[in-house]
Amino acid sequence: MLDLARFATELWIARWAVAQGLGMTILISTLAIVLGSLLGIGIGLVLVYGGWIARFIVRLYVDFVRGTPVFVLVLASFYLLSGIGIQLTAFQAGLFALTIFCSTHVGENLRGSLLSLPRGQMEAGKAIGLTFPQVFAYILAPQALRQALPAWVNTATEMVKASTLLSIIGVVELLLVTREIISRNFLSLEFYFFAGLLYFLIDYAIERAGKFVERRVALPT
Amino acid sequence: MAQPVLKIENLHKKFKEVEVLKGVDLSLQTGDVVSIIGSSGSGKTTLLRCVNLLEEFHEGRILIEDDEVGYLSGPPRRRRKEAEIARQRAMTGMVFQQFNLFPHMSALRNVTLGLTKVKKLPLDEAVAIAEKWLARVGLSDRRDHYPGQLSGGQQQRVAIARAVAMNPKVMLFDEVTSALDPELVNEVLNVVKGLADDGMTMLLVTHEMKFAFEVSDRVVFMNQGRIEEEGPPEELFRAPKSQRLAEFLKNAKF
Repeated sequence: MLDLARFATELWIARWAVAQGLGMTILISTLAIVLGSLLGIGIGLVLVYGGWIARFIVRLYVDFVRGTPVFVLVLASFYLLSGIGIQLTAFQAGLFALTIFCSTHVGENLRGSLLSLPRGQMEAGKAIGLTFPQVFAYILAPQALRQALPAWVNTATEMVKASTLLSIIGVVELLLVTREIISRNFLSLEFYFFAGLLYFLIDYAIERAGKFVERRVALPT
Repeated sequence: MAQPVLKIENLHKKFKEVEVLKGVDLSLQTGDVVSIIGSSGSGKTTLLRCVNLLEEFHEGRILIEDDEVGYLSGPPRRRRKEAEIARQRAMTGMVFQQFNLFPHMSALRNVTLGLTKVKKLPLDEAVAIAEKWLARVGLSDRRDHYPGQLSGGQQQRVAIARAVAMNPKVMLFDEVTSALDPELVNEVLNVVKGLADDGMTMLLVTHEMKFAFEVSDRVVFMNQGRIEEEGPPEELFRAPKSQRLAEFLKNAKF
């Protein structure tokens, strides 16, 4: 049975470890989302506006990464890269794997958003004498980003969940910390449930923040 | 005769292997209002879009006040730099069938964008010009509305204000009432007519024969990529010379 008093005691004992794990989860997810989004924007732009060689290379990259389970990407970053002489810490390897995973999602999302804009938008911009960079900056990008926002928020929540996979290579994030705590006190049900609650709260916060921004930038109709 | 504002010489255009413009010559003096009529596929919209370089053309020249648009005919023929092309596009004002307003900008901002970013006017001047033109098309009270909050006719009037505010040499109208509900057609045509009365040089592609008849100095009938007949509206509509135009007019709505 659940023994809440004991759970509270054990949680108090492990409070710093939990806080550290939570901090690591938030840190590595945030970094992966930020770096992955920056890289993803570049990928999306190449996929839409790049020459055929650049497009072909980036398309291969995207399809390869998206066709590989994140779990395999994490393991490969940690074990394979060291095999070819690139020594990464668990943190670096994990961040690398999550970043490239994130970049392909953001890139595809942005590509879809840009391609969904009516051709007339580009033409109307050109017709008043705007150059292509101006058309992109003032007309296409603001509309594409609005469209991409819901899927981007979804990607961000996926990244938090995917960060649990880094426990396998020894990144001391929330799930790994939770398992260590459980190995000491055997309160597996309580602590897994607690970790699950924390993950839910992080993703719920991202979801709410996303909805807030969506409402703020929504166009009046 | 004075130098024409817009001169199209022997214009040829292909889509892949299909030649859609087979040598078109047309010239507009300042203040001319010319309507292009013809069945779909005759190349009239393509011709209009070539003037604004939204379509490439493969032979011939387009001149705006003696300046070659898009290509230097050479030899060798070569495309002008993108920055020059952008500057040339600003010399013609285009109004589209589908309005193509920027949905994330208010009516006012739709009009000021080109003024601030292309003409580099300070914002207060741009706003003053935009307000003047929005008033002119009867939409002063809609200046802060977004396109999604406007009717089709209102959107098209904003689009006209956006184009004409740039003070173009020539205005190009591409079937500007075709996407409108019938009861909204007239509010747009009245605005176009007002511009014509003010002496704006205009090239229109239209299916509104009555309007073309009323507003035009000249009407051009296009057929299969060529100009088949050209002349004052009275002559063209009352006494068509060619068989094709006679047939076209018989089936057209007035």
